[in-house]
Amino acid sequence: MLDVTPTILRASLVNLELVFALLGVGLVIGTAIAVLQVYGGRVASKIAYVYEWIFRSIPALVLIFLFYFGPSKFGLFINAFQAAVLALGLRSSAYQSQIFRGAIEAIPAGQMQAARSMGMGKVRAVVSVILPQAFRLSIAGWTNEFSSVIKDTTLAYAAGFTEILRTARAIYDTRIYLTMPTLLLVAVVFLVFTYAGNRALGLLERRIAIPGLQMPGTVGRMEQT
Amino acid sequence: MSLLKAEGIYKRYGDEEVLKGVSLDVERGQTKVIIGPSGTGKSTLLRCINQLTAPDQGRVWLDGEELTRPHADINALRAQIGFVFQSFNLFSHLTALQNVRIGPRKVRGVRKDEATKLAMEELDRVGLSEKADAYPAQLSGGQQQRVSIARALAMCPKLILFDEPTSALDPELIGEVLEVMISLAKDGMTMLVVSHEMGFARSVADEIVFMEDGVVVEQGTPEKLFRTPEHPRTGEFLRKITELYGETES
Amino acid sequence: MTFAFDWSYLPKLARGVPITLEVTAAAIAMGFVLGVFLALGRVYGKRLVCGICSLYIQIFRGTPLLVQLFIIYYGLPTIGIRFSALTCGILALGLNTAAYQAEYFRGAIQSVRGGQLLAARSLGMTLPQLIRHVVLPQAFRIVIPSWSNELILMLKYSSIVFTVTVLDLMGVGKRIASKHFNYFETFLVVALFYLVIVFIVSQSLRALERKVRIPGLGRGETLR
Repeated sequence: MLDVTPTILRASLVNLELVFALLGVGLVIGTAIAVLQVYGGRVASKIAYVYEWIFRSIPALVLIFLFYFGPSKFGLFINAFQAAVLALGLRSSAYQSQIFRGAIEAIPAGQMQAARSMGMGKVRAVVSVILPQAFRLSIAGWTNEFSSVIKDTTLAYAAGFTEILRTARAIYDTRIYLTMPTLLLVAVVFLVFTYAGNRALGLLERRIAIPGLQMPGTVGRMEQT
Repeated sequence: MSLLKAEGIYKRYGDEEVLKGVSLDVERGQTKVIIGPSGTGKSTLLRCINQLTAPDQGRVWLDGEELTRPHADINALRAQIGFVFQSFNLFSHLTALQNVRIGPRKVRGVRKDEATKLAMEELDRVGLSEKADAYPAQLSGGQQQRVSIARALAMCPKLILFDEPTSALDPELIGEVLEVMISLAKDGMTMLVVSHEMGFARSVADEIVFMEDGVVVEQGTPEKLFRTPEHPRTGEFLRKITELYGETES
Repeated sequence: MTFAFDWSYLPKLARGVPITLEVTAAAIAMGFVLGVFLALGRVYGKRLVCGICSLYIQIFRGTPLLVQLFIIYYGLPTIGIRFSALTCGILALGLNTAAYQAEYFRGAIQSVRGGQLLAARSLGMTLPQLIRHVVLPQAFRIVIPSWSNELILMLKYSSIVFTVTVLDLMGVGKRIASKHFNYFETFLVVALFYLVIVFIVSQSLRALERKVRIPGLGRGETLR
């Protein structure tokens, strides 16, 4: 078991790489979708809502298969890792857009009014006034998304590239007695990831918090040090 | 033998001593009203009596049976004491009828049809039989409080404790609750009431207890306390209240 | 680009649907029962019970579902415990959702107004009576939105059982696709199936929620 541990731990880096990449994709697209839903015209916001509905209703595994086998049909060639990033990333963007939309809607209407009456255009107001606040409010919900998604990286197993679970499987397929140890090690790795991630995000939340700006329903967390 | 007897009740919350050795007796059929400035431990005293809050020191007897005994069957004893809360505390998921009925059914084990009959009688007694199928959220504050009195009555308690029953109500709703309480007193129910309603205290109470700073300052008939209080503080408090709320007539 | 899906295979694909639904239903039911016990253990249990429940919840929420499935399907046989593939799938999903449901129930239980607990106590109710007649009836209604969410999630995650040879919608899809080498098209149809199922289930849940709603309890309750 000792000799395979480094192999498994190294493979976990692949999952980390995957989670950061897909969260990045999800963040950018999710923000865009949320903005469209709140500020877009009737058509744009409708499209955004449909997008969200589609990517929240299709299972991650199905999306992974679609993005793995699809692009070649259209003449694009992407590798398994990229397929996983796209599939899980777009899916995450749908969930993240929900988080951002909630945060945007929690910002008092007066903020937008003040920005516009200063002469700011709609885009500038959203970018400079609304989004900075919305991002801060989103951290708590975003932490949930992170926890969820880090574990979902194992679903990339279905795409066939060597992330941690597939590595573990490759090991115990030939050495059956290692099945439990390797799988338990994988489980522990994720416990560590989730814990570390939650702690880090919690710290971030406290660091960049704005006193008085909270999601409705949260109780004076700011006052506690 | 008094129906209810509390002796030497002490209660401290953190640094603050809220009750400093309070003793109290309530006789069968008596209506006793506890008055005093806010925060003097009046509500805490009531909760120490039915052990919703455990006193640090002191003993309580109901009809000779001690509630504060270590192995007392507190649930059986609580079933004999009615409690009406300031914030009503009706069960949100039950209709008025179900709220009144649940005590007899589930605690006393009465059969469903008998319990329903009993519950309807009590609802009728408080004047709310047409609201039997309404949920608490559909009732006004005064109606909710009357249902909660019916709920206490349905248990056929030996006495009922009232913890500022009208303090959370809008002024125009207070009357309907006081009316019910007055009729209960007339019917001979033993009642221990914490309240600011001086009119009620003056006209219905057999005895008034004035508490301040966690101790009983003085107790006596309404006549005595309002006309010739022994303790200066009693007089001061009553004068202040009368000034604030005007001459109190029920 | 050609769309090479043989639509005559649709009924065959559809045969995976009952399996998907069966797995989901069994898992969510298992998760419900276990979840309620875990939540009660967390809220009312003494230190040991509370600790065990807490540990369970943290472990099953902190590790990937697929890993849990593999441990049950590949790992347990190595220590002599063997279940059918279907059972492994249901077990993994059920144990997993139990942890999440436990947290939802815990939140719901703790949001029942304290005053009502006092009222129940002052009527003379014992703790079990209080839990049964006052806390749980309200908690079950309060938890409906989160629970519905979890059901939909389980519906989608049920797809992982195909990795251990269960012939649910995903499993059948993979079989058809590997036979005809039209993965993209086949899974597009599979996606469509899921879209329809998820839509129907979520609409039904919403209708159900409206039916059991009690004014003043749950969503949009006005504070007094």
